Amino acid sequence: MPTLTINGETRTVDVDPNMPLLWVIREKIKLTGTKFGCGIAQCGACTVHMDGTPIRSCSMPVAAVEGADIRTIEGVANEDGTLHAVQQAWIDHQVPQCGYCQSGQIMSAVALLNDNPTPTDEDIDDAMSGNICRCGAYGRIRDAIKTAATQMPAPAATEDTENE
Amino acid sequence: MNKWTRRGFIAAGVAAGGVFTVGVAMREGHRAPKLASMMADEGETLVNVWVKLANDNTVTAIVPHSEMGQGVFTSMAQMLADEMDADWELVRFEQAPAHEAYANYPLGREYLMGDATVPGFVQDTLNGGFLRIAQSMSLQITGGSTAVRFTGEGGMRVAGAAAKEMIVRAASKEWRVPRNEIQTERSYVFHKASDQSAPYSDFAEAASKLSPPTQPKLKSADDYTLMGTSVPRFDIPSKVDGTAQFALDIDLPNMSYAAIMGPPVFGSKVERLDDEIARGMPGVKQVITEENFVAVVADSYWSAEQAVRNMDVTWSATGREDLDQEAIYSGFLTDMENAVRDGKEQTDIKLGNARRAAGSANQLIEAQYSVPYLAHAAMEPLNAVAHVSGDEVDIWIGHQNPLAVRDEIAGEFGYKKSDITVHNCLMGGGFGRKSESDYPLMVVSIARRIDGPVKMIWSREEDTRQDFYRPATTAKVVGGLSEDGQPVSWDYQFVHKHDPAEASHIPYAIPNQFIHYAETENPIRFGPWRSVDHTQHGFFIESFIDELAHAANKDPLSFRRNLVADNPRYVAVLDAVAEASGWGRTMPNGRGLGVALVDSFGTIVAEVVEVDVTSQAPRITNVWAAADPGFVVNPDGFTAQIESGIIYGLSAALFGDITVENGRIMQSNFHDYPVVRMEDAPRIHVTLINSGARVGGGGEPGTPPIAPAVANAIFAASGRRMRSLPLASESFSGV
Repeated sequence: MPTLTINGETRTVDVDPNMPLLWVIREKIKLTGTKFGCGIAQCGACTVHMDGTPIRSCSMPVAAVEGADIRTIEGVANEDGTLHAVQQAWIDHQVPQCGYCQSGQIMSAVALLNDNPTPTDEDIDDAMSGNICRCGAYGRIRDAIKTAATQMPAPAATEDTENE
Repeated sequence: MNKWTRRGFIAAGVAAGGVFTVGVAMREGHRAPKLASMMADEGETLVNVWVKLANDNTVTAIVPHSEMGQGVFTSMAQMLADEMDADWELVRFEQAPAHEAYANYPLGREYLMGDATVPGFVQDTLNGGFLRIAQSMSLQITGGSTAVRFTGEGGMRVAGAAAKEMIVRAASKEWRVPRNEIQTERSYVFHKASDQSAPYSDFAEAASKLSPPTQPKLKSADDYTLMGTSVPRFDIPSKVDGTAQFALDIDLPNMSYAAIMGPPVFGSKVERLDDEIARGMPGVKQVITEENFVAVVADSYWSAEQAVRNMDVTWSATGREDLDQEAIYSGFLTDMENAVRDGKEQTDIKLGNARRAAGSANQLIEAQYSVPYLAHAAMEPLNAVAHVSGDEVDIWIGHQNPLAVRDEIAGEFGYKKSDITVHNCLMGGGFGRKSESDYPLMVVSIARRIDGPVKMIWSREEDTRQDFYRPATTAKVVGGLSEDGQPVSWDYQFVHKHDPAEASHIPYAIPNQFIHYAETENPIRFGPWRSVDHTQHGFFIESFIDELAHAANKDPLSFRRNLVADNPRYVAVLDAVAEASGWGRTMPNGRGLGVALVDSFGTIVAEVVEVDVTSQAPRITNVWAAADPGFVVNPDGFTAQIESGIIYGLSAALFGDITVENGRIMQSNFHDYPVVRMEDAPRIHVTLINSGARVGGGGEPGTPPIAPAVANAIFAASGRRMRSLPLASESFSGV
């Protein structure tokens, strides 16, 4: 039975090790913020972090993430409970419309900014083009990422280690 | 006491806990008894309770529309709260449950009253096969960009104004001061002379005992405090932390999961099923065979999906197994030619004599256009949860017409309407697909065979292949120009006339027009797709007017402007988009600007596209849009809708291509049905114009102009005229 660490909590789940992580998260762990969109890693609605790297959970067998630190949209807020800078920027720019893809968009954006605190337009294109938004909120997503970049605590350069 | 007014039937009362309620209602048994009998069971009344005032002074707007991304809860509440002078901090919303009491009153009213001002397309929507209203007569519809312009204008504002008027009257009575000395602001009543003030809720009970006004006074635009401002949407915080709940997220005790497979050719039926492998797979509980689909129910969706893919189904022959895309197009063209040859053209518009005028024109331009089938491809694949327990049905679903869901289930399976509860959820996009009743019927037919609730999820592949597609269509146009380059004739033939009726009409003052269509069969099932018929006609009309402008050697924007000179709203949007885009500037090689103008759903939109064809595929760098919806309730929300319409239409213009081979839909998922991604997305610049005209819609009007504006920009950049979509398959290397 696979053992998983999701948003800091370790759980053992009684599932087929080939079951994609997406369905384990949604149906067994009961965290439904992560969405199903295509099932073949084409749309990004199911994006979560595996040790900080964005992955498409619909195409990742649960056995492959044992021992890894998995983070979902439910675990992305700051430790004090306040919204992550990316989530806040999403509100400030009124990004979501139907909202269905936005958990995945936010997970990709958080991973981008953790990796690259001052992304260029081209960096944003590269990091975000795996996430489809059929409501077409791309312009607002781009603007919100730039706003969030100015609000993120600086990584390694400071003493702040809260930001994972 | 209740009275009819021009706007309807206003009712007031007090609900549990002393909550003051005001509703605008539709009376049953009205002058269209046929409609009324279909809308309500015996003894039911059609009351739309649109506002509640509670003891803590909170105001709740009850919104009879579904949320699929358009921000409808917020804009509806804004309209109500403004008329009521409610404190926005204390305003809440509830989505109306799927019950006749919440039937979409404005649509119903305009229909019932035979209101002459109701736009033709609404009648068509109600009558037409698209939303199957004739069958279900359920009027709680989200579609046709109706929320703000009908429910908001005719319902929310009236309810808010009536509630305020009654509170003021109650205060005037209790304080013994004249009504006209009382002021209202932010959910408080004030009387300056006696220095009194109190929250609205102090008068809730007294107000509920007064008779409602017959004709509440609505504000003029100068007095708006909330309408016209960009208040943040209610639903956004829940959409950044994963708590927003879609039907896919419903979790019930003892719930099973179902995966389905539909026929590869429409109309085909299950002939034989070999399910031995599927039945033996882990977690599988049951295999279900219906006439037109098979399903596997399992203890997880993944198990069900694995198993359904391992079923060996023999599907019956339909006679369409040799159908392919080319045959469909050539069938259209044959039917169009035959219609002309046999004089069987179906007349849409006849003005002057286009053919005679063409005969004496100085120059004749002819062109033929086509657009392919399109899938909706909402981000959330179709899904629903159903629980059938004895004679009672509960269904959790994101649907554009929840009342129709209930009525179709009742009709199909023989349940009493009152025993069916529709829990309408947020939709992860709809675009017209979620107005169809196939998937709710499917989940109920599965749930009838299962103990406990069952969640059915369609794979992306099923969602793509079992759609109701935007129909493929073609058009042939002949335009005549006079010696000085003025268009004198417009002969426009097309196939497939649906809704809205005016989509094939032109805004241009051309003296001789013959707009007509040929009857033809469309062998692939189709349905409404964001902006419906405007998607194809926008492309055909706005491409051809551009061809005429170039043939006349005139600037395409001023050519259009001259032809709409009598309509200041059209002129204004063209001028606004020209200014914003810097129209007329010199473009570098391989770059060009293109314009298009479309009036749809009461909103006029002009778009200018900047394209770059210096690399292999065309790249859209910027889009400027100017939109006049009469009045914008929430400018930021409206801007988002225009942006959204542009990207949705751009996906179709660049990539959208559902093709048929051997009777089968060839596409299946985002790898072979690509859509615009971040790297393809242009910068979008929206200008809004409040002309003061009757309020128009927001969800759809951004879509129709984008494809022709792109094609026209490509012509400007490359000299190549694109007469069929999609465009990205064109190679531009070497330009």
